[in-house]
Amino acid sequence: MDQDGPKTSLEEQIEENLRKVYQRTLEEQVPDRFMDLLEKLRQQDEKHG
Amino acid sequence: MKNMGDIADADQTLIDPSQEIVQHLPAMRAFALSLTRSSSHADDLVQDAIMKAWENLHSFQAGTNMRAWLFTILRNTFYSDQRKRKREVQDSDGTFAATLSEKPDHDGRLAMAEFEQAFVQLKTEQREALMLVGAMGFSYEEAALTCGVALGTVKSRVNRARLRLSELLELKEGEPLDLTDSQTKAVLGAERPVRGDAA
Repeated sequence: MDQDGPKTSLEEQIEENLRKVYQRTLEEQVPDRFMDLLEKLRQQDEKHG
Repeated sequence: MKNMGDIADADQTLIDPSQEIVQHLPAMRAFALSLTRSSSHADDLVQDAIMKAWENLHSFQAGTNMRAWLFTILRNTFYSDQRKRKREVQDSDGTFAATLSEKPDHDGRLAMAEFEQAFVQLKTEQREALMLVGAMGFSYEEAALTCGVALGTVKSRVNRARLRLSELLELKEGEPLDLTDSQTKAVLGAERPVRGDAA
């Protein structure tokens, strides 16, 4: 993970940007709709066994 | 509620699967975004994938790689939607980039926005392979499994994706950035001389 000195090779920058793009989305808060959905599915299962 | 300490000796379902799905939601959203290139479409896709995963939880083998399993469902959902729709709605209008863009770095590295503009131009199969391997740290084997293709296919998709990205980005390397944003211009102007149009 060490990044001393800017690497200028395009290859390196591609990897770096890819990870940034991914990281950015990972850090976003997961919208409530998904937690609500999972909760709904859980309750459905409990009802139907 | 079980906690992590209680489940060590259980041999059935170790973790409430819905809890485990929750852990993978951020990665699912990231993967969906790389496929759809649009954040609203991506979240719809994640929602559909969650419902399908839930219906098929019985087919998930506890202890195996749930992330890869969920990703497989997600991408299958994506491709079957696409087939249904027939005409691909061109969504590469920068929604993806707009969601994530930032100001160009000062040191001349590739600006993220520029990178994303190039990324969205890749073929879907290349985007997904590159995202899995290059960003998410999937092994080629894992990625092949997830995408349901041969190992060599994943490798060549990743290589072609890298090559294509290089081509797309190389065109701009060495050229002045496209300075349409006055704020950016001011920042860059302070950092280094703007070639060409400096008075």
